[in-house]
Amino acid sequence: MKKVLLLVLSLALALTLSACKTDDDGEEVVFNWNIGADPATLDPGLNGASDGGDVINNTFEGLVREINGEVLPGIAESWSTSSDGLTVTFNLRESNWSDGTPLTADDFVYSWLRAMDPTTASEYSWIWHYTNVVGAEDFVNGDGTKEDVGISAPDDYTFVVELLNPTDYFVSLMAFYHFMPVNQDAVEAGPDGTWAKDPEIYVSNGAFKLDSYSIGDGLVLVKNEEYWNVEEVGIDRIDAKFIDDESTAYTAFNAGDLDYIPSVPTAEVPILIAESDEFYVFPLLGTYYYSFNMDADGDGVNEGFAEDGLWSNRKLRTALNYAIDRDAITEALGAGQVSAGGFVPPGFMDHEGNDFFETAGTYGLVTDDGNFDEAVSLFADAASELGMSVSELQTALESEELLYNTSEGHQFVAQMVQESWQQVLGFTMPLANQDWAIFQDTRSQGDFSVARGGWLTDFMDPSGLLGIFKSDNSYNDPNYYNSEFDTLLTEASTTTDTATHFEKLYEAQEVFMTDFPIIPVYHYTDTMLVSDDLVGWGRSVLGTVDFTRATINRSE
Amino acid sequence: MGSYYIKRTLSAIFTIFLIATITFFMLRIIPGGPFTREKKIPDSILESLNEKYNLDAPLYEQYFDYMKGLVTFDLGPSYRNLGFTVNDMILAGIPATFKIGALASLLIIIVGIPVGIVSALKSNTAIDYFVMFMATLGVTVPSFVIATVIIYLFAGQLGWIPTNGLNSPLAYIGPVIALSGYSISFVSRLTRSSMLEVLRQDYVRTARANGISEGKVIFKHALKNALIPVVTYVGPMVAAILTGSFVVEKIFAIPGMGGYFVESVNNRDYTVVMGMTIFYAAFYIVMVLLVDIGYSLIDPRIRLDGRGSR
Repeated sequence: MKKVLLLVLSLALALTLSACKTDDDGEEVVFNWNIGADPATLDPGLNGASDGGDVINNTFEGLVREINGEVLPGIAESWSTSSDGLTVTFNLRESNWSDGTPLTADDFVYSWLRAMDPTTASEYSWIWHYTNVVGAEDFVNGDGTKEDVGISAPDDYTFVVELLNPTDYFVSLMAFYHFMPVNQDAVEAGPDGTWAKDPEIYVSNGAFKLDSYSIGDGLVLVKNEEYWNVEEVGIDRIDAKFIDDESTAYTAFNAGDLDYIPSVPTAEVPILIAESDEFYVFPLLGTYYYSFNMDADGDGVNEGFAEDGLWSNRKLRTALNYAIDRDAITEALGAGQVSAGGFVPPGFMDHEGNDFFETAGTYGLVTDDGNFDEAVSLFADAASELGMSVSELQTALESEELLYNTSEGHQFVAQMVQESWQQVLGFTMPLANQDWAIFQDTRSQGDFSVARGGWLTDFMDPSGLLGIFKSDNSYNDPNYYNSEFDTLLTEASTTTDTATHFEKLYEAQEVFMTDFPIIPVYHYTDTMLVSDDLVGWGRSVLGTVDFTRATINRSE
Repeated sequence: MGSYYIKRTLSAIFTIFLIATITFFMLRIIPGGPFTREKKIPDSILESLNEKYNLDAPLYEQYFDYMKGLVTFDLGPSYRNLGFTVNDMILAGIPATFKIGALASLLIIIVGIPVGIVSALKSNTAIDYFVMFMATLGVTVPSFVIATVIIYLFAGQLGWIPTNGLNSPLAYIGPVIALSGYSISFVSRLTRSSMLEVLRQDYVRTARANGISEGKVIFKHALKNALIPVVTYVGPMVAAILTGSFVVEKIFAIPGMGGYFVESVNNRDYTVVMGMTIFYAAFYIVMVLLVDIGYSLIDPRIRLDGRGSR
């Protein structure tokens, strides 16, 4: 009897379990995502931050979509560039907004002009400078009108862009959130981007649309049935949280509450790299560096010791560059960072299909301790050029200051640099730190000796990195003024020939790395922890995450 | 009595006015602004932003505009959360912060005071030593350590409570303990020492000599006086707890107000810094007033208008 009962029970159990399984298959596919901080805005035209960008990349669709370096058709089915490289024509597909109304080329004209318009006050509008779109930069700066911007919609499904110069990266740049279309009715119904956080008036055109938003807590996205490529969307609902404490998010991930977290506690990185197949490290297109202030008197010219102080001496700047063991720093950081050999990080392909970083070499900048002897002899030369003894120069450097914005990570790197200089060149430069916002002011006012810098580019061309050190660029923190460098970059951006473009960029980096206005330290990486259950997710080379083609396979 | 409340209200308004004024000008002195970015905003856009938020007006004009808004409880727009006002943000943060804050305050009072009394009555026994040991631990271990340990152990390893948020009753356990740990310990120590002091006083000895039962001596005569310093501490503490803890809310990922205190300063979100400061100040003043009323209830000799003998 007991045996029969047991049999019946186990049969019943088996039936219940299989019934559950069928239930599971019919259930909606839910993905649990930690965005990090609560994004300041979710409006493509207003956003300027990566957390907002991650959401927008999944809720809106631009002309093209870039996943893992591959540029795929988005709202543009196809595109063509005129033979002189100055006109790009996008052929749009017939598609709808999430409210079912048709999306046309006029929507792109509206969205772009809105993003450029100074009264919209879009933080990222400076990027129009790099698009080379005719009239765009003037309009952004208030020097031109929207009528003079070279964009047009000859018919509902053709969008034409006029460029000032041929721009190889132009089409791939169109995958960036700033260039995604917004719906005029929605935008006008909820000013200042409030429409993008209000499900009642929210309209998007991407794989997902906003279902709910709660300040500081999280948001819910649901599949947008009007999305042109909805068949490929595998996730029905995204439950997104704003957990900005890394260790809380990490615990929640391990407890199975989250499928994707954008960062992990630094202390966990080495173990995760060694042991976890759910931990990912990607190169980020950016560089961590220190700027020497080369224009101490602030007159806009790089002069000699009398006017601009110690950092006027090229040999001294070179010696300080050579005296740092970058491999030791990246090893200690341990999150896959690449020791810098120049300013342009790995990941940019030149006209011959070679990686710019590899081809450029390291300009005598050995990334380990192999250049220490050279550093010592350059240091001695620098001292005599400056009319000092070596010990006088050491003393002089001890009254300079290595400045960074307050953070444990920056402090750590600064300490390693300080120690390298102490061991190799025999001086201890004091460290100083400032609150982030104060630091930004100090640095842009040139009120520093040596200051930390970091730059991540927004488009696939080395000019976006080297360009920040042109004389007139507002990010030129070292106050580096070299007309030869400026000319090379201008030539690179105005040439119609791709080969010339890259040759000029190589030459420009050569000039830059001979002058050493900065100390490149390492190239950034992006790390994330992603559940094995999430499959088919992607990432743009610029670092934006993409779930539009992903799905969840829950392993029991 | 009525004139007393009028006086208190006027002085409260004056205090808030002073705090608002000082904070307003101090914020403008520190370098950096709400639109400071790693990638600088073009000048034309910056001008447009400053114009939009009236930040291009002379400082005194901005100050008067702000004060005018304040009178009507309009705390202005947030410069960081585009399209949201400070009122929106505070209102969004209140439910979560108040829920854990109220529970924590309650826990502090119903655990801290009785434990302190027991410890005083059993002074220099094993119970007393144990309680005081725990209390010392509670005072010295910072809340972020308590919070992190709770999450790691009970949420991560044992899976008894959720790892984040406030979506189930169990989720309250972690933040409430982390939030109240310090104050429970402090209140129990305070109650104990105050109780011991009162028990040694003449009137208690007299009461005992008159043959009043021990229970009556303790609860009717001793406790009332012993609670005065405790009430003094509890008032401002409740104000602090109910306006949110940056650390506890961050670690447990609770969508409350606590985070605004620190983030808004880092973001130079002037109006949010102002709003939170004023909100906290107002709360604090109200709690101090309640404490004063509490005194008069506990000890009728203490009179609110200050004419009685304290």
